[in-house]
Amino acid sequence: MAQFLQQLVNGLSIGSIYALMAVGYSLVYSIMNFSNFAHGSVIMLGAYLGYYSMTLLGLPFWLAFIAAALGTALIAVVLERLAYKPLRDRKATFLYFIITAMGASIFIDNFVIATIGPTPKMFPAVFAQGPILFGKIALGRIDLAMFVISAICLAALIIFIDYTKMGKAIQATSFNMKASTLMGINTNMVIFIVFAIGGALAGIAGVLYGMKYQVFPQIGGITLKSFIAAVFGGLGSLPGALLGALVLGLVETLVSGYLSTQYRDLIAFLILITMLIVRPSGIMGKNAEDKA
Amino acid sequence: MEYILGILILSAINLVAVLGLSVLTGFTGLFSFGHAGFMAIGAYTSAIVTARLHLPFAVGLLAAGLVAGIISIGLGRLTLKLKGDYFCIATMGFGEIVKPLLNNWKWVGGARGWESIPKYGGISLLLPFAVAVIAVILSWNLINSRQGRNMVAVREEELAAQMAGVNVLRSKMIALVFSAVLAGIAGGLMANFIGFIAPKTFNMVKSTELTIIVIFGGLGSISGSVVAALLLTVLPELFRAFSSWRLVFYGLAVMIIMIGRPKGLMGGLELTPTSLRKAAAARKAKRDTAAATAEGEKR
Repeated sequence: MAQFLQQLVNGLSIGSIYALMAVGYSLVYSIMNFSNFAHGSVIMLGAYLGYYSMTLLGLPFWLAFIAAALGTALIAVVLERLAYKPLRDRKATFLYFIITAMGASIFIDNFVIATIGPTPKMFPAVFAQGPILFGKIALGRIDLAMFVISAICLAALIIFIDYTKMGKAIQATSFNMKASTLMGINTNMVIFIVFAIGGALAGIAGVLYGMKYQVFPQIGGITLKSFIAAVFGGLGSLPGALLGALVLGLVETLVSGYLSTQYRDLIAFLILITMLIVRPSGIMGKNAEDKA
Repeated sequence: MEYILGILILSAINLVAVLGLSVLTGFTGLFSFGHAGFMAIGAYTSAIVTARLHLPFAVGLLAAGLVAGIISIGLGRLTLKLKGDYFCIATMGFGEIVKPLLNNWKWVGGARGWESIPKYGGISLLLPFAVAVIAVILSWNLINSRQGRNMVAVREEELAAQMAGVNVLRSKMIALVFSAVLAGIAGGLMANFIGFIAPKTFNMVKSTELTIIVIFGGLGSISGSVVAALLLTVLPELFRAFSSWRLVFYGLAVMIIMIGRPKGLMGGLELTPTSLRKAAAARKAKRDTAAATAEGEKR
């Protein structure tokens, strides 16, 4: 029982960081209807920004978070302007967006490998070593930080989406972009804000991930898991992304704990395919109607 | 010399895989990010047949295509009904499932890969080129057949094609199986000419690379795919000296093409002797009319 509770705690901590990454995929999908595969690379850049703000600039860790979030928000917005805006203006199909995103991801990842190099880097120790013990359950300090910081960010995001005018505009745009434009919503602004938010959350997620493990150029590939979470929960749905991420985190830790870590990725992708076959719109996604 | 031959063989292998995807993506309008999975299946099948069962290479290649094709039928039944993005994601999931399965299969080397697969020299070195030529002829005949026209109809407007009596699911299935068989054979060629395979070779980047080649050549053009496959295999090899910057420019080039020339190299046109003659004739006719009107104005 204690072991199960321990796995549960680990799962929630991993799940919370997946959630932070998954909402970035979901937000963009909800507005623009494509899977932004460059998101993983932005997360990786966030990890490096956090690392260098702490080591080169000597910033305290909370300032490193803010620096990384601002940096990645800027990167995401610039990426949107340079790479996706021309496609939007041309009304290109989703495929061109996906391939462009893939190209951007290849570009960013290899740019980091070519300039900084592929060697993993360790974050300076921020939290005291040794877990906090609750009876038999050990809770790593970094895991706790991951959970708390993710929860705060996600709560702030939900409040923003639900209770501000801009949030309402985002919801309207995701419902129907053309109609929203006709109603006087500045959809260009909405897309700008969505990429900025997704980018900022990616930066924070990257720093957390780097603190928990290491900083290396291939972090972006690992974030594919959070994309699964977004699909599992329903692409385009925020609560879906949260739920999907927590479920995926729990399943992963339970599989690693009781079966073998080698089957972790296999099970994750099996879940993805099963969900797509049974219910492509995910747990909480909009019903994927045929727009033919 | 051997180096050049190696690059040429690699181009031929890539071409075989790309031709299948050209039919699937360029002519039927289905996008896959998982065809490296079919290549992996073909590579391991051929390796098992030649290294473990000690059968001839040709049998290995046929088995590679056959196994990949059968698995694609299963995948197609489950996922071909999905729309747009979701089919793409499902194929990506398929590709990513093949990898951990092979990683955990110790009998074929597991995650560290499988060395000492029989390599073939001498006259067998012509095999990739022969397969590539056969693949070109098959693809060309397929897209110019009734079935091929059905595929284009499905790509252009699925609902209308269905109304006109095209069996949409069947057309998609034929395209998928065709592309999977070619990817499987390409994988088999790869295994037996490189002599080493590892699951991580067949990752999502490889799948994306194949799709990018098709788009680079121009959707809906077999000759475009051929030119792009040769170009995009040879060019990166030439720049191997700048190894770390190579992929940086590759990513940049992909973005620029998507934004700047979405129609790709050929833009849906074909490069054949007839089309060249037609283009020359059209240019001549234009010149003649221009001259005639100029003369008319003079009068």
